[in-house]
Amino acid sequence: MRLSQAAGRRLVAGIPTAWLLLLFLVPFLIVFRISFSEVRLAIPPYTPLITWHHGSPGLELHWSAYRFLLTDSLYVSSYLYSLKVAAVSTLCCLLIGYPMAYAIARSSPSTRSVLLMLIVLPFWTSFLLRVYAWIGLLNNNGVINNVLLYLGVIHHPLALMQTDFAVYIGIVYSYLPFMILPLYANLEKHDPALLEAAADLGARPLRAFLRITLPQSYAGILAGSLLVFIPAVGEYVIPTLLGRTDQLMIGRVLSDEFFENRDWPLASAVAILILLLLLVPILLFQRVQGRELEASK
Amino acid sequence: MRSRGLFAYVALALGLVFLYVPIVSMIVFSFNYSRLVTVWDAAHSPTLKWYGALAHNGQILAAAWLSIRIALIAATVAVVLGTLAGTALARFGAYRGRLLLAGMSTAPIVMPEVITGLSLLLLFVSLQQLIGWPKGVGAVTITLAHITFCMAYVTIVVQSRLAGFDESLEEAAMDLGARPFKVFWRITLPLILPAVASGWLLAFTLSWDDLVITQFVAGPGSSTLPMVIFSKVRFGVTPDVNALATILVLLVASGIAISTVWMRRREQRRARDERLAAAANL
Repeated sequence: MRLSQAAGRRLVAGIPTAWLLLLFLVPFLIVFRISFSEVRLAIPPYTPLITWHHGSPGLELHWSAYRFLLTDSLYVSSYLYSLKVAAVSTLCCLLIGYPMAYAIARSSPSTRSVLLMLIVLPFWTSFLLRVYAWIGLLNNNGVINNVLLYLGVIHHPLALMQTDFAVYIGIVYSYLPFMILPLYANLEKHDPALLEAAADLGARPLRAFLRITLPQSYAGILAGSLLVFIPAVGEYVIPTLLGRTDQLMIGRVLSDEFFENRDWPLASAVAILILLLLLVPILLFQRVQGRELEASK
Repeated sequence: MRSRGLFAYVALALGLVFLYVPIVSMIVFSFNYSRLVTVWDAAHSPTLKWYGALAHNGQILAAAWLSIRIALIAATVAVVLGTLAGTALARFGAYRGRLLLAGMSTAPIVMPEVITGLSLLLLFVSLQQLIGWPKGVGAVTITLAHITFCMAYVTIVVQSRLAGFDESLEEAAMDLGARPFKVFWRITLPLILPAVASGWLLAFTLSWDDLVITQFVAGPGSSTLPMVIFSKVRFGVTPDVNALATILVLLVASGIAISTVWMRRREQRRARDERLAAAANL
């Protein structure tokens, strides 16, 4: 009986662990290894991962992909541009999402569930189609330009598409629920008695907010910001549909190296460098997430 | 106090407008006659012509059917694996390997999709070289990839639901001599069923919707619906995509409405049963 229970537990934990080892962890090791090979015309298009010399296996490491990445200004500027776009978008999400989450947390329980559903509903409809919808709004003959022209605010259509602005709009629009939900989960737990006490003691609303609400919500801000920032750095669809053509984001560069240039080692090296950039944010996110799940006990 | 409350509510209202204007405009222009999508042709609109065109578009219908089949399988397998993982993380204490599973369960959620897609394709290529399977990329590799990123979401939903209530019911059943599997089947699973159901819906939606990872692990002849849509809209707006989007939005909205009502009914029934049981004990 005891033995079978232990075996059962091992099975329950072991099956998903084995799945993720094979389809999540091992793939990264392969990417890591291939980033150290060289491109060649073959199937698959890279030098073999293990070379055999007189029957003994050897590892040949080529640094050419990394050398190329770090010396070509195209890649460096793509990395920096991606970080900038992700940071600005995260900040915008926070500035828009915080008051929204605050208002939801302060409303009555029945309104609250309706509002939460309204926030989540767009998330359930296709991400791709929601980004696509912005093309119709931002185009030269799109809805926004037509309305502004009709109202006489402008006399020539504004160039809104293929700009940084369009990418910010797209990212903020797509990732806003990811910012609002953790913020809401945090703000909802605050005790309103603290704010009342502050008001009784003569604190102005702004001061009470800055000294009480804001510090208490740091965990929510951190979780929401990481949920937006990390995927935004590697975003592919939004900059491809809405963004500039003269400055690519790094996710697009990776995809182009892979599909257009068929340079698998270089694409792998790009991936490894993105991961290195995101290592600290990802570890931070895992800690926040782990603590959140422990706290709900 | 008042003014700040007001500011937050104004921000909420504007934010909701921001979230819904693009969707509403897509729906409106799906009834527009003109091929110039965003120029309203008042003389001939509204029209259903793009919906009619959609019904005869074999490429889109085939892609939608493939996407549905992949999403059904991926969501179902992901729910099984995710429930196992969530149970292990929430109930097995600090066992060896917990950290590994916890890390691998949260990382896919934030991992940029281009990296996940690239790494999965390279895995499939390497596996094919090593053991001759899978034979090329296509529906099978897409499904395997979808299971992997969907199960992370299910794991978190199940884990947080399990963490939300204590183990006393399960312990009581154990004390009464129920075997672990029976305890799980009769006690734990019914309690977490809402989480499992919403995990399945979430997994289905994510699989149905995924473009980037799918592009890496798809082959010729295995174009999913997002891939077909992407190749159409990459070069601008097309009216039939608006019609397609409208149909999808309506389907999703009614699906969510139905599942919300169903879950609320279920909770109400449970609450009533508990009240009846309490009354019977008096």
